[in-house]
Amino acid sequence: MPALTDAAISVSGLDKSFGTTKALDQLDLTVHTEEVHGFLGPNGAGKSTTIRVLLGLLRSDAGTAAVLGGDPWRDAVALHRRLSYVAGDVNLWPNLTGGEAIDLFARLRGGFDRKRRDALCDRFDLDPTKKGRTYSKGNRQKVAIVAALASDVELLVLDEPTAGLDPLMESVFAECVRELKAAGRTVLLSSHILAQVEALCDRVSIIRLGHIVESGSLSELRHLTRTTVIAETARPADRLAELPGVHDPAVHNGQLRFDVDTEQLDAVIGYLHSLGIRSLVSQPPTLEQLFMRHYGDDLNADVTTTRSA
Amino acid sequence: MTITTTRPAVTAHDRGSTFTGTGALVRFILRRDRVRIPVWLAALTLTTVGTAQSFQDLYGDDTNRAQVAETMSTPAGLAMTGPAHYLGDYTLGAMMSHQMLGFMAIMVGLMSVLAVVRHTRAEEETGRAELVRANVVGRHAHLVAALAVVAATNVVLALLIAAGLGGLGMAGITWSGALLYGAAHAAAGIVFAGVAAVTVQITEHSRGAAGLALAVVGVAYVLRAAGDVGDNGLSWLSPIGWVQATWAFLENRWWPLLLAVALAVGLVLVAFQLSSRRDVGAGLRQPRSGAAAASNALAHPIGFALRLHRGLMFGFGVAMLLLGVTYGSILGEAEDMLAGIDAFQDVIAEIGGATVAESFASMVMVIMAIIASVYVVMAALRPRAEENAGRAEPVLATALSRVRWLGSHLVVVLIGSVVMLLAAGLGIGLSGASSMGDSSMVGKLVGASLAYLPALWVTAGIAVLLVGLVPRAAALAWIVPLYAFLVGYLGQILQFPNWMNNLSPFGHIPQLPVDDLDFVPLLALTALAAALAVGGLLAFREREVNVT
Repeated sequence: MPALTDAAISVSGLDKSFGTTKALDQLDLTVHTEEVHGFLGPNGAGKSTTIRVLLGLLRSDAGTAAVLGGDPWRDAVALHRRLSYVAGDVNLWPNLTGGEAIDLFARLRGGFDRKRRDALCDRFDLDPTKKGRTYSKGNRQKVAIVAALASDVELLVLDEPTAGLDPLMESVFAECVRELKAAGRTVLLSSHILAQVEALCDRVSIIRLGHIVESGSLSELRHLTRTTVIAETARPADRLAELPGVHDPAVHNGQLRFDVDTEQLDAVIGYLHSLGIRSLVSQPPTLEQLFMRHYGDDLNADVTTTRSA
Repeated sequence: MTITTTRPAVTAHDRGSTFTGTGALVRFILRRDRVRIPVWLAALTLTTVGTAQSFQDLYGDDTNRAQVAETMSTPAGLAMTGPAHYLGDYTLGAMMSHQMLGFMAIMVGLMSVLAVVRHTRAEEETGRAELVRANVVGRHAHLVAALAVVAATNVVLALLIAAGLGGLGMAGITWSGALLYGAAHAAAGIVFAGVAAVTVQITEHSRGAAGLALAVVGVAYVLRAAGDVGDNGLSWLSPIGWVQATWAFLENRWWPLLLAVALAVGLVLVAFQLSSRRDVGAGLRQPRSGAAAASNALAHPIGFALRLHRGLMFGFGVAMLLLGVTYGSILGEAEDMLAGIDAFQDVIAEIGGATVAESFASMVMVIMAIIASVYVVMAALRPRAEENAGRAEPVLATALSRVRWLGSHLVVVLIGSVVMLLAAGLGIGLSGASSMGDSSMVGKLVGASLAYLPALWVTAGIAVLLVGLVPRAAALAWIVPLYAFLVGYLGQILQFPNWMNNLSPFGHIPQLPVDDLDFVPLLALTALAAALAVGGLLAFREREVNVT
């Protein structure tokens, strides 16, 4: 298995349609071994569809996908011994207890560790004796998380795992992910919670309309994004708007505020310097802004680019 | 000085009643069922009118009807139809009341039970009732609205049937009889709606509530069968017995329907009491906590499937046992009843050496096997239900292969099919042996019952094939028991051609203990079942797991 060492998941040109709806459109995704990879996108972007293809629950229409060096459809059973999955919407059997459901998943997968499972129940403050129908949404989610973490596997595929968890439990979950990373496990974490991905992930892929629009480490992605600058200068910055890479300049109470493409930052600061800088605040882009660039304002930018081209 | 104003306490008027919002919910139900209700009404009315028409074609003259009356006066004939009183003056109208009323009462019961459950417990189970109840809607509004619509549907059905039959203008079918005949349908439907009103309070699951209410319909039918064969008053314990005791088209007595109305009112009052005692979405029993860890059996795919199926298997198994015991208990009476009548010696000779009790038993076997096939379809469609509920996906994301997952369910269905027929066979065998004083009946009847296993397996095979190949249409598997029932019941009354019987797997099973044991059809059906099941498993391996 040659791909095993460098890529735990490698997908290229994946297409998947449901009737006339195109769920995945030429999707490429690479998750390296031993990294925590954020899979970021709004609802309906195709995150769960991608994950279902990777689990061999759906079959792709075109393209190739390899998970742990195997074919997710053909080698499903063998691969499932080496990976755990948490669904975003956990449905439990009404008449099975949470503990029974956890054991069932973990033992059907293999590599079940009873001590570890009990410790996880404690950490997540989960009562395993309650029947499935009596659990709240958050508690059902905990059952799925404990079941996934109770087995010692190489790859964890987590589809919006913290939906419905309270902030305390979210931090317990984050701790668990860091431990997995320290233990050299690979994690694919799908989410629309930006702070979570920012805090936990080494690399991020952003999906929009079934297509990966951006992929890389957080610092690599920051190269592609704009820094927000707030400055005061001795002389008015009349020519600021004409500089390349400057967006949305505005003046409030004598304070300049604008966004600048990272590659133009040096030239713009140089220009401000020539005017005499009195104060300067620069903010690196948050993931929120990064996100907005693909799903918000950048839509307009795309349109303008196409028109002017 | 500060002036404080206090809002007046909620007045009685503001508080509303527990029925507030019923009117809006009635309109809502009519909107949701705007296709369903007319289809039921049309199907039931057309069945009635069509049957009356074919009765006239088949049995237009008196001699024909006299012959039918004679064959119907056997225990088997009476168990299947209605009380012997109708045979005294077997007009076309009396034939309708005698042969169709019991069957139609089951159908009307089915319609009413499903409708009540659909608009009460099913709404609660899905959480939609909670959304509605959070508005200005009283505690009893859902139940009252559902019952009002179902009662109205039954009354409309009564009028349609009366108009349809009366309009035929046949000899022996009077307008006054037609009106009572229609009203008998409505009475049966309303009683069983009342039964469902109670069962939906008891259990949290709509499937359980419907199953419980339909079991009551079944018990009512069996009670009247036992009562009519034994002529022992048991029929008076059954609402179906009451509607058959109207002597519609003969003496036309209305008062037995009052019993039905009184029972329905009583049941609805009980339902109100029960529903006031429980929370929305909950049953009467508080959920208990259970094991903190899975047993070794549960961690095995078959043990896991067994766990999901065990409630249905146990409940249905008990029902099959009771059904067998009831039928068995009248075997002895059937024997006694005909022992002294010369006319039946010919009939017995015609059957070919078998006793009356044996021929009755062999007919009952078909009915019990078809009822067991209802279990088989419910159980075989369970994996599809798991898939729809989103519970198959996480299981299939473990190291459990699709074939083993679906195969485990299939194994449990096969075990269940043996349980059902064994329970039914033991029930009728043991109680038949004691009522006849002939212990050899136990083995004979258990064997006769188990002979239907291949037919159940074909049923399971068809269901699994549908689940694998066309999951969205998996419910089509219900056609198997429905068709077998129609052919088995109406086919005998209306003399369907032989090929229609042969289309059903139940038509190929030798009718033990009357027929000789012939292994060829049994093996052929088993092979067919295996082919269907393997096809279903392979198709499932190749298809996607879709949660919608």
